[in-house]
Amino acid sequence: MPVTRGFFRRREQGPEGRIPPGQYDTGSSWPVLTAEAAPRIRPEEWSITVDGLVEEPTTWSWDEAHRLPSATYSGDIHCVTTWTKLDMVFRGISVDDLLAAARPRPEARFVLAHSSTGYTTNLPLEDVTDGKAWVVWEAEGKPLTREHGGPARLLVPHLYFWKSAKWVSRLELLDEDQQGFWERNGYHDRGDPWREQRYQGDA
Amino acid sequence: MSADRSIDDVVPRETTWTTGTIITKEQPTPDQVRLRLHVDDRQGHDPGQHYVVRLRAPDDYTAQRSYSVASDNDDPLVELLVERFPDGEVSGHLADVAEVGDVLEVRGPIGRWFRWDTRTPAVCLVGGTGVVPAVSMLRTARRLDRRDLLRVAAVGRSPEHLPYAAELARAGALVAYTRHDDGDRPRGVPTAEELAPLAAGAEVAFVCGSPRFVALATPLLIGAGVDPTTIRVEQFGATG
Repeated sequence: MPVTRGFFRRREQGPEGRIPPGQYDTGSSWPVLTAEAAPRIRPEEWSITVDGLVEEPTTWSWDEAHRLPSATYSGDIHCVTTWTKLDMVFRGISVDDLLAAARPRPEARFVLAHSSTGYTTNLPLEDVTDGKAWVVWEAEGKPLTREHGGPARLLVPHLYFWKSAKWVSRLELLDEDQQGFWERNGYHDRGDPWREQRYQGDA
Repeated sequence: MSADRSIDDVVPRETTWTTGTIITKEQPTPDQVRLRLHVDDRQGHDPGQHYVVRLRAPDDYTAQRSYSVASDNDDPLVELLVERFPDGEVSGHLADVAEVGDVLEVRGPIGRWFRWDTRTPAVCLVGGTGVVPAVSMLRTARRLDRRDLLRVAAVGRSPEHLPYAAELARAGALVAYTRHDDGDRPRGVPTAEELAPLAAGAEVAFVCGSPRFVALATPLLIGAGVDPTTIRVEQFGATG
């Protein structure tokens, strides 16, 4: 592709190895991007279900989820709209603990995450296991706000942030990949920021 | 949302990077740039979709941003309206450096959610540069002679802050200024009474603007009788 006449890098490079290609450091701001009106969900109405190809379909209420071991993610997040936010701290529970209780069947290979709004996003099962994914209700030490997916959202920080479904309510395990909302709307099935897998058609 | 128009009711379509040549460049105000591009190997678009523009430095550093398309698919060129943000890496380049004849990397159309199918009765409540997808919808509706299907309310601080204000007014949109009295209408956001007739019969509602505008507009539409599950939102921020 051609060099753009008159365009030069003006931004600092950012900390080495932290800013994926085509991304920039958004600094202290945390932009909001949502395709629907943000729902009002009270914690006592919220629950998280793991079902589909599992031995023990299980639902946790807000209180039950809070009795699971607390888990924290400290690190970076990357939005496909090209901002990267460094050194975020999220607190919640590990998806590994939910899966351990629900016990995926051997044929389960993909996850379709559902939100109470109807939003969906698809992920390979291996992208939400072994300490790579969380359900979180706190960001930067404060309850997750409604526009950022509160009371609780999925967090899969090694993939573009649309995979981290806001208002998450259900993880459905599947044997075949089934595209979610943005994926059907032209975005990539995996969404690895380091490989710039932004849109359908990216390698 | 009715069963035949679910959130998942779209077909995937792959896009690839291509090149677009700037054919015209206008700056209606210091903060707005209107680019009309000839796009190589262009795919058709629906009103409401956007394009990605990518700038490439000599060291292969890239910066890319999404911009809504203002033009109708029938237009031989793709028209983008860019708001120039302070220190905007891409918008600043497009405003200050880019010239007619420059070649940009472009990709599109992207986004199969925030688009009007040209058949479903629709209402748009859009603010500032968020009017752009509504302009594309209005141009398309006019070409198809289906203006009856589409109602638009556009909100801006003042005429200088509302791109396409004259075109929107000519097309019959409700134009509301929040800090400017235009003679017919005192300043202020649209009221539920103003929006209700526009929303009546609409089966899909499009809201586009800044996060602040979206937070204001969504309850206004719901107050005007719009079913929240029919609202589709596109918001943008100062991401350059």
